[in-house]
Amino acid sequence: MIPSAFEYERATSVDDAIAKLAATGGTGKLIAGGHSLVPLMKLRLNEPTTLIDIARISALVGIRERDGLIEIGAGTVHHDVATSALLGAQCPVVSDTAATIGDPQVRNRGTIGGSLAHADPAADYPAMLLAVDAQIHLQGAGGPRVVAAEDFFQDLFTVDLGPDEIITAVRFAPVRAAAYAKLYQRASRFAIVGVAAALEVTDGAISAARVGLTGALSSAVRLSGVETALVGQPATAATVATAATGAGAALSDVSADLHASEAYRRAMVSVFTKRALEGALARLSA
Amino acid sequence: MAQVTLTVNGKQRTAEVEPRMLLVHFLREQLMLTGTHVGCDTSQCGACTVLVDGRSAKACTLFAVQADGSEVTTIEGLADGDALHPLQDGFWEEHGLQCGYCTPGMIMSAVNLLNDNPAPSEAEIRHGLDGNFCRCTGYQHIVNAVQHAAGTASKE
Amino acid sequence: MAASPVLPKLVGQRVKRREDPRLIQGLGTYVDDIKIVGMQHVAFKRSDLAHARILSVETSEAAAMPGVEAVLTGAQIAEFVDPMPIGTPFPSPDHRAVATDIVRYVGEPVAVVVASDRYLARDAADTIVIDYEPLPAVVDPERAMTGQPTQVHADFENNLAVALVPGGTGVSADLQTVDDSAVDAAFAAADVVVSQRMHNQRLAPTAMEARGVVAHYERGKDTMTIWSSTQNPHILRTFIAGMNGMGQDQVRAIAPEVGGGFGAKINIYGEEYVVAGLSKKLGLPLKWAEDRSEAFLATTHGRDIIGYIDLAATRDGKVLGMKLRLVADIGAYNMLLTAAIPTLTMMMANATYDIPAIRATLTEVFTNKTPTDAYRGAGRPEATYFVERGMDILATELGMDPAELRRKNFIQPDQFPYATQMGAVYDSGDYEKALDLGLKNADWDAMKQERDAARAEGRLVGMGLAMYVEVCGLGPSSSLPTGGWEHSQVTIERDGRISATTGASPHGQGNETTFGQMLADQFGVPLEHITIHHGDTGVVKQGIGTFGSRSQAVGGTALHLAGGKVKEKMAKFAAALIEAHEDDLVFEDGRISVKGVPDSGKTFAEVAGYAYVPVPLPEGLTPGLSEEAFFEPANNTYPFGCHISLVEVDRDTGEPTLLRLVAVDDAGNLINPLIVEGQIHGGLAQGIGQAMIEEVAYSEDGQPLTASFMDYAIPRAADFPRFELDNTVTPTPVNPLGAKGVGEAGTLGSTPCIVSATVDALSEFGVKHIDMMLRPEKLWQIIHGGQS
Repeated sequence: MIPSAFEYERATSVDDAIAKLAATGGTGKLIAGGHSLVPLMKLRLNEPTTLIDIARISALVGIRERDGLIEIGAGTVHHDVATSALLGAQCPVVSDTAATIGDPQVRNRGTIGGSLAHADPAADYPAMLLAVDAQIHLQGAGGPRVVAAEDFFQDLFTVDLGPDEIITAVRFAPVRAAAYAKLYQRASRFAIVGVAAALEVTDGAISAARVGLTGALSSAVRLSGVETALVGQPATAATVATAATGAGAALSDVSADLHASEAYRRAMVSVFTKRALEGALARLSA
Repeated sequence: MAQVTLTVNGKQRTAEVEPRMLLVHFLREQLMLTGTHVGCDTSQCGACTVLVDGRSAKACTLFAVQADGSEVTTIEGLADGDALHPLQDGFWEEHGLQCGYCTPGMIMSAVNLLNDNPAPSEAEIRHGLDGNFCRCTGYQHIVNAVQHAAGTASKE
Repeated sequence: MAASPVLPKLVGQRVKRREDPRLIQGLGTYVDDIKIVGMQHVAFKRSDLAHARILSVETSEAAAMPGVEAVLTGAQIAEFVDPMPIGTPFPSPDHRAVATDIVRYVGEPVAVVVASDRYLARDAADTIVIDYEPLPAVVDPERAMTGQPTQVHADFENNLAVALVPGGTGVSADLQTVDDSAVDAAFAAADVVVSQRMHNQRLAPTAMEARGVVAHYERGKDTMTIWSSTQNPHILRTFIAGMNGMGQDQVRAIAPEVGGGFGAKINIYGEEYVVAGLSKKLGLPLKWAEDRSEAFLATTHGRDIIGYIDLAATRDGKVLGMKLRLVADIGAYNMLLTAAIPTLTMMMANATYDIPAIRATLTEVFTNKTPTDAYRGAGRPEATYFVERGMDILATELGMDPAELRRKNFIQPDQFPYATQMGAVYDSGDYEKALDLGLKNADWDAMKQERDAARAEGRLVGMGLAMYVEVCGLGPSSSLPTGGWEHSQVTIERDGRISATTGASPHGQGNETTFGQMLADQFGVPLEHITIHHGDTGVVKQGIGTFGSRSQAVGGTALHLAGGKVKEKMAKFAAALIEAHEDDLVFEDGRISVKGVPDSGKTFAEVAGYAYVPVPLPEGLTPGLSEEAFFEPANNTYPFGCHISLVEVDRDTGEPTLLRLVAVDDAGNLINPLIVEGQIHGGLAQGIGQAMIEEVAYSEDGQPLTASFMDYAIPRAADFPRFELDNTVTPTPVNPLGAKGVGEAGTLGSTPCIVSATVDALSEFGVKHIDMMLRPEKLWQIIHGGQS
């Protein structure tokens, strides 16, 4: 499979990338790892006239602590997220999620920013970013902008990202008691259902809960019903089991395809919500 | 057209390419390094795996222009003269290949795996090869081959 | 050649492969690695509808693009490419390499582009506009048999490619009379009858190298060279010559390194005819390399047979009779062997059992899907699956241990050769021995305890067992329209090295190693002094090819016979040179000498040199040492085995996990146990893949739903436990090597034993059978009754 022809430019800075992107008049695309975009271009499902390569903008790469938050540069590859000592110590759910993406070669090239911009409804990161309540940092000709993960994922392949904007980073407060659980689609290794759950516990009771879901709907969402059912309850296996039970049934417009019917996906939302919550609980005691 | 300069198997190469030229086609058709194969078009099978700046990458999912300035190692660059790389030796000793088509990519992935984890468990080896399909071997002899190279082969 | 140290015997040893040094260094040459000066690239524009009438094909924009050499519609191709021939004696509809009026499956070629590089060829193909009148499509073969909602081919009523072929007890040799009385009596006398419909689902072979062709017609010489990723270059040569009005002497077919075949590269495809025909017409070397996305549509699929089985038995487990009704969905067209594949299912309906009365019938149906043809096992895995699953259902019904039910019905060792009701003559076998070894290695009783203990914890664990017998070593010629023999020529070169050819063209089987081992032992020379040539009709005079697990049993025997002939002649030269009697000579350690007197002889090279400068020429001899042999087996071989598995199903998700796979295989004598293990591992992987994760799916309107590796899963390394292999050895009397063949064996037993284990794991839910693939959702539904 062979993509159609395009122009190629390499951006030297974020500002340069924004300027070059604007100059294409909406027909250009940014490329970092290219692991969402290139397969679509090869199938000619996406035919940008210009690719602007942002992979070598060093400001976009890296995982660091900033203002009490953890920041992951948009150009950071999944492998680096999966193996980050900082994340492993402070917010392991992020690394765990990255480790489930694709395969080693994909993780060596694919970036978090590219994954978010592409917004595949079965991508893994969105569920996790919802659970850690991340902020998505964007920059455009009009300056920087911050969008909460909850507002960022809008619809199928649609996110709150302007045609001349670039994702620069994601930031979040680290949370240890969080976990990601995923039902793999065996061919693509995308998520049929993926659930990330983060818990805050005070004196044995759940004081805050965030649960993000991917794979089941046209875009990632928070499972607010589950969250509500958790808060104020004791942090026990019985609590999470009860809270997870109805997670799937509460959803509307659940996806269906060859790999999973609507009914099965609903059921798996409950199963993987429970598993993610159990994982979070396990981290609590670890 | 765009000019690219890459260091491939230790040699600097400069060429004019269409921006849409995939790295795998650049290697195969311009540099005549045909050991890197194409087995699919959706970035799953891993037959096209090479090392880009020391890490495994699917050369079918990368434009040559993206690799401008990079160091690329293909299967042809793995042996040290006549001395096979330990993984090449392992694949030979343990019958880790049949038709041989997936083998270059499989070996390059295994190089990445052992670079990251010099003494992997069997499960780590199997998961480390998630990005490479083999339709001939059922993988058992491939696992043995990687264990052979890592010096972790256990006597059955 | 200096006298060597004592050379070990190599046959039976785990010799590492001679093919590998080039392959592990990226130095093998596959079709797409070939470049010829002036070579142009071919791309095919394919149908995106399953069934439609072509109203127009607009190619002008493509033709005007710079770098485009030619653009041709199906009608234009039909001017010089005849309808495609098939290799079976069944009626077949007109099949054009490029569709002229109606497309009948998604992926069928509609137009062809020739351009200076593959990128341009693809760009040009993208601009071709086809106007279609959509027609109803049919994807369900049992619906197609009613003639509704469409006729795939106007002249095949009710879409019946093969209306109904009867087989088994009471069927006359000409198939004209069918006497059901014995089968009816068996069912009337039975205490128990079990019945089940099963689907042996459609699979995509997916060799890691997709197909590819390079054709180079040289006008000055009026010769054609065609490189193709094929399992059988000699058959390719025959058909390419015929289709191009050329003699077989004018066509050279080369199978370079071939990146797997699994049956799908037996067929001669339309792309091969078009690329060759276009090269001749345009006078240009041409290449076509198949994309994976094309391969899912355009390379033949495998399996897709529905089986209705009824088993009649006594209460104590003696099977009295069997009925097996087969409906094969062959897709849109007959390809080379398409129609013959399901006949192998029928042929193997006895499986390993002495069943007194069998009625089998076969119907083959056209649908709007990619055509089927051989895929690893080709018809025999389907038979094994239907019968073995049937036996398990019977065992459950009778409350018997599945192993004991089988033991009670085996064909016994003293019954061989055993003529089945299906017309096969099983050569040799000891099924109980394989069963017993399988049970011992699996520790069947301990496995039961482990299963029961796991169940007590609430886990869903099950165990399954399957026996298989397979027809391998194909021919003889009476059973193969291509001819069922194999050919080899062995030449002792003037320097004492050995060149040998084989018509069994390998694609991963390791013939360069195994055949080298055989000759090294036969001549007492080092393996390094032997080269095995294959895959090139310009070098290998004759051959059939590699399929049906025939390389060793048929090709290896031809090599052995040719080697024997040249050895006999060489002994005569040696006898003259060292003044001994030829019957007293031994070939050992690089020398030919009088037995027991190593110093008496000459080196192998000295004798070889003498044979080429024979002064004096021994009486009755001609110069030179090169002999050939054709080997036509009198019968097929019938390897067999026992596979046992342990499977756990996740109660929450329905995901099955294979915990153990124990295999005992009997392929007769083994030349290289290391290579045999590799063949079994690969077969197991494909058999497990079929059971657990592989299935080609279509929508109701014939759109493929599994047209890439994004949706069609094949096994990855982490999908398997370490396989536990063992073997028994029951040599075949069919060939002097006693070798039966092993290439397909692993696919036979693994598939049903995993389904049986999964059914066993879910037995608490009262399930009796689950159709493949074992999709997690399907299992979850059984567990949860469809409720979320």
